[in-house]
Amino acid sequence: MTPFTALLRKDLTVELRTFRSLPAMALFAVTAFVIFRFGLDRTSLNGELAAGVLVPTLLFAALLAINRLFVAEREEGGFDLVRLAPVDRTVLFAAKASALVIYLVALELVAVPIFALFFLDSASGLLPFALILLLADIGLAATGTLISTIATMSSARDLLAPLILLPLLVPLVIAAAGAGEHLLAAGGPDYGRFGTWLGLLGLYDLIFLLVGYATFDFLLDD
Amino acid sequence: MANALKSITLRRLAIATVLVMAAGYALAFFAAPEDADQGFIQKIFYLHVPLATVALCGWIVAAIHAIRHLQTGDPKHDARSYVSIHISVIFGLAVLLTGAIWAKGSWGVWWEWKEPTLVSFLIVFLLYATYYPLRYAIEDRDRQARYASVFAITAGAFVPLNFLAVRLAQPLIHPRTFSSAGGLPDSMLFPFLVCLVGMALLWATLVWFELDSKAASANLRRIRRALEATA
Amino acid sequence: MERTVVEPTREANRALKPAIELAGLRRDFGDRTALDGIDLRVDPGGSVAVLGPNGSGKSTLLRILAGLLRPTSGQVSVLGCSLPKETHLLRGRIGYLGHEPILYRDLTPRENLELAAALHGLESEAISPRIAALFDAVGMSPRADDRVAELSAGMKQRIDICRAVLHEPELLLLDEPDAHLDPEARRRIAPLIAAENGRTRVAVSHDRGPATEEADFVLELG
Repeated sequence: MTPFTALLRKDLTVELRTFRSLPAMALFAVTAFVIFRFGLDRTSLNGELAAGVLVPTLLFAALLAINRLFVAEREEGGFDLVRLAPVDRTVLFAAKASALVIYLVALELVAVPIFALFFLDSASGLLPFALILLLADIGLAATGTLISTIATMSSARDLLAPLILLPLLVPLVIAAAGAGEHLLAAGGPDYGRFGTWLGLLGLYDLIFLLVGYATFDFLLDD
Repeated sequence: MANALKSITLRRLAIATVLVMAAGYALAFFAAPEDADQGFIQKIFYLHVPLATVALCGWIVAAIHAIRHLQTGDPKHDARSYVSIHISVIFGLAVLLTGAIWAKGSWGVWWEWKEPTLVSFLIVFLLYATYYPLRYAIEDRDRQARYASVFAITAGAFVPLNFLAVRLAQPLIHPRTFSSAGGLPDSMLFPFLVCLVGMALLWATLVWFELDSKAASANLRRIRRALEATA
Repeated sequence: MERTVVEPTREANRALKPAIELAGLRRDFGDRTALDGIDLRVDPGGSVAVLGPNGSGKSTLLRILAGLLRPTSGQVSVLGCSLPKETHLLRGRIGYLGHEPILYRDLTPRENLELAAALHGLESEAISPRIAALFDAVGMSPRADDRVAELSAGMKQRIDICRAVLHEPELLLLDEPDAHLDPEARRRIAPLIAAENGRTRVAVSHDRGPATEEADFVLELG
């Protein structure tokens, strides 16, 4: 087992054993949908409203997982374990970000069909939208893992992570909601600016994976 | 000796700033022609755009100092990064205020979501505003500086990406933007460039001044602590 | 803070390059000085007991030796590596037992050790028998597949000791290895953490006892 595999396996094992993050995220998302139903006083959504409900809800649910991402490392000595080992510490960044992507995909596999059930007239735009969400998840995981590490080592950790993260995630929201507006449109999916949004997401993912890769090591120093 | 030189440089920088800014704004108000569409209110362009340009460059400069800090561990790079962000945040606030005034004068509203530069600045300002709670939340000085540098680098990478994203979010038809520096007639371009240089000098002066006074108060603290130790 | 006193209780082994060499080691935490000018020299195979009341900097010293904490000033050389510049050359050669166990609560002892092994680049097939043998030696075989959260403090301590010696380190840094252990358990772990076969050892303790009697040096802090 490589260090990366071992660390990723550890996270998934713990989550499957304790279910600390996934059920909470899914429950939050579904409850948020209900709140939006009443808040907007609508039972059917499409286009920009559909995107405007789905994307922020997924984002806020993601924050729940991001806040908890390094709790075990902080409280059970996980940081020391990696720092003592003859490994490149960036492997922890890679493993945690990968775990986060997996959690987000799992969340979407539950939340998006339920959203479609609650609000959408047709599900034909969902498959291309899933691609958009996957790319957004990667960007979210890169930035989320980095900021989660920063917040974990500070004293205001629960507050700091969302505060710093939300502005950083605006481009992802712009791209995902922008694509969703067309893909979830009333008359069926419209691929108008699909390429543009894919491009923006790809660029975001690339830049922040690089930034995370380059700077994570410095966060683990003491 | 080095300190005396610094004061001279600071003084010269301050004088240059005042001269260039005075020249720039005199040109802007008296020499440059009025805009055909927007009228007199357009003159705020000579304030708003230089402020925005310099603030953005300031944040990029802060990211570069942050990279140097992580590479060398030298706290002076951290100080430069911190002050660069600090002054740029103040400039950023001024960008938002002048932007609001300009929007009111041009379109009758205090805020315009369809102005991409203004909206981008709002997002970036909100991000850099978290720099302060971040620093205060970490007690250990070394770790605080290192984390702040990682933040500065992340935020620096974010700025251009954010501008691109907000630009892409604009409706393709009927965008509402302030005039940009591109495509300006010479009679406006020259005063604009002078104002830009003046604003950059102002930024540099303020950064230099704050770095100097920080160094001075750090020295004072060190002397005081040494005195207390021997007492 | 008082300067430290080094008290040899046994003839030290001369001639070889020192395993640990400290000159004027200082560590500050803000305005508080935890370590104020420590000098120490330990030859390979040597054994040091570090004594002192709570808050005297014992754990801080150990963390600096492990490369987990940076010295504020002074020279630090561990296993020929100058810290903090050459910390990365040290990794994998040290066995560290901290004040708190470095164990994930939701994994079993076996899973924890397999993770540690993977991080140290040890082949899983080759290492499984060694893990089983270690558990046997400390009497933890029956509980090797229960979640760490279900174990008592003494059991966690024994597992943590297994983790610390798993990769056969050249230097052992032990923060109160006898904590939470009854005399029978102490007897069982003693051979695992002895300073023999050229292995150097620094053990922190609250008071004089078996650890100090076996030591070549006693370092008193505070």
